[in-house]
Amino acid sequence: MAETATHTDHAADHGHHSSTGLSNNKLAMWLFLGSECLLFGGLISTYMLYRGRVQDGPHPSQIYDIPFTSVSSFVLLMSSLTMVLAVTSAQRNDDNRTNLWLTVTALLGATFVGGQVYEFTTFYREGLGFTTSLFSSSFYSLTGFHGVHVSVGVIMLLSTMGIIKRNRITGNKSEVVELVGLYWHFVDIVWIVIFTLIYLIPS
Amino acid sequence: MSTEPQTQSHEHGMSDAGYIKIALILAAITALEVSTYYVDFGPLFMPSLMIMMVVKFVMVVSYFMHLKFDSKIFSFLFYTGLGLALFVYIVALATFKFFIA
Repeated sequence: MAETATHTDHAADHGHHSSTGLSNNKLAMWLFLGSECLLFGGLISTYMLYRGRVQDGPHPSQIYDIPFTSVSSFVLLMSSLTMVLAVTSAQRNDDNRTNLWLTVTALLGATFVGGQVYEFTTFYREGLGFTTSLFSSSFYSLTGFHGVHVSVGVIMLLSTMGIIKRNRITGNKSEVVELVGLYWHFVDIVWIVIFTLIYLIPS
Repeated sequence: MSTEPQTQSHEHGMSDAGYIKIALILAAITALEVSTYYVDFGPLFMPSLMIMMVVKFVMVVSYFMHLKFDSKIFSFLFYTGLGLALFVYIVALATFKFFIA
């Protein structure tokens, strides 16, 4: 009986584990991220097919602001560093530093999303609406989907901070932060691909 | 009782200093990527950009996402999805004669 109780406590501390000895939550997150590759793969290849179909609208090289997008990319890249520092802080049970790094990550993510809103607004004023051309539709769909993912990530970061502060996490706290981190790094690697294929390689 | 220093790796992964080094390398590669927009790399333009993109991708996945230190099952799940996506969409692009154009 005591042995069963100890086993249950251990499971609560380290999350539910599968027969492989691995966390079910982490397995599910990696499976989800693998499936997300298919989603973004579809959006990226659609853009690659249609990037030359500008009809009467502006051409990609006429509207892309590479210096601005480079700064945005750098901001998102650095948010991956602050996220991994939040994970290591959580593994050391340092709640204050975990919340600090989560806050910085959320701020960097919000800066990136703000930059994307600014970019979309500028493009729209320059005549690139969602239905202007096949290029514009595929561009806004791809970068918009990515922006939504970053926004969801920011909400996840803020929610994680909230539940850490209220001590509402049951089970392994560091694993919860790590799972949010995996999602966050994923939106970063998607942007690494988007930045190169969409912005830096001319059509 | 653990005598592990605060900056050392905990369950798995690297020290904080190690992660900062990785981030600096990633920032340097990004700067190099951006430089291809301003400097003419000639025939090396496309291959160099693709190599830098793949290096950055693998570094983030391996170090920041801990795949290098974690169970191989996680790597299998992720790279299977990625490989499937690459295969399906390269075939789709080839169907539309993307690579010929």
